[in-house]
Amino acid sequence: MRLGVVTFPGSLDDGDARRAAERAGAESVVLWHGDHDLRGVDAVILPGGFSYGDYLRCGAIARFAPVMTEVVTAAGQGLPVLGICNGFQILCESHLLPGALVRNDHRKFVCRGQRLVIEDASTPWTTRYDAGQEITVPLKNGEGGYVADAATLDRLEGEGRVVVRYVGANPNGSMRRIAGVRNKRGNVVGLMPHPEHAVDELCGAGTDGLGFFTSVVTALVDS
Amino acid sequence: MTRVVVDVMLKPEILDPQGKAVLGALPRLGFEGVRAVRQGKRFELELDGEPDDARLAEVASVAEMLLSNPVIETYTVRVERG
Repeated sequence: MRLGVVTFPGSLDDGDARRAAERAGAESVVLWHGDHDLRGVDAVILPGGFSYGDYLRCGAIARFAPVMTEVVTAAGQGLPVLGICNGFQILCESHLLPGALVRNDHRKFVCRGQRLVIEDASTPWTTRYDAGQEITVPLKNGEGGYVADAATLDRLEGEGRVVVRYVGANPNGSMRRIAGVRNKRGNVVGLMPHPEHAVDELCGAGTDGLGFFTSVVTALVDS
Repeated sequence: MTRVVVDVMLKPEILDPQGKAVLGALPRLGFEGVRAVRQGKRFELELDGEPDDARLAEVASVAEMLLSNPVIETYTVRVERG
């Protein structure tokens, strides 16, 4: 079981993502933004951070990194891909997921333990949760407001493609309190909160995030 | 050399917190009577020679693909004469 984590210039959370993969029982593989190579991994994580300094728009430059050509192709073939925070922004800019992330409506950077509800427990990244289960993981972003036009939002809701939703007060102005979505097939999931920071009791917000990584390990073993 | 200017603006229905922050600062300068501020981006592309329609269409394509995100933004392309 080999879980690849892409490092872009400006990625911050690639180390924690690799640690989470290993905590879930996978071998973590370093993938480099400049390589046209996924090194035969079974799934890919695009980690949080500020790829290419967030210049232009968050994720806009990363979309054109050589490794993303391979990620887009493999995602189309069903490879599980998880984008966390900046990774979610990259997936939206790459059109692997609908919508976009814009500056928080209250203009402040948010950093806190965030309550979420898992709404879709059928994706390869969420099978170890129950639909309706509430979890708490860190949320830390300045541009985490999820936006899309009303027709897209209705389609996402109608097709059950809202994977996680914020519980309680809206932390960043996301439309319909959407914290994460998936593509139609379900193999590509993006979310703003950081499950990889919640995999160890010693380091903060509990272990509620570990399920994302054990889910994909289970999904890959089963297939 | 020709300068081609691409202006990118958030769509009207997308909240612009930066514009709101600027709007909030204006009265503190004593500048009153401003109803709204929207903040955008301006790109200046210095092109070799005089661009024909095909070249400007290429600029539009770059504006669509990279300089703007059509989900949240609109863009305009114009040639700036000396």
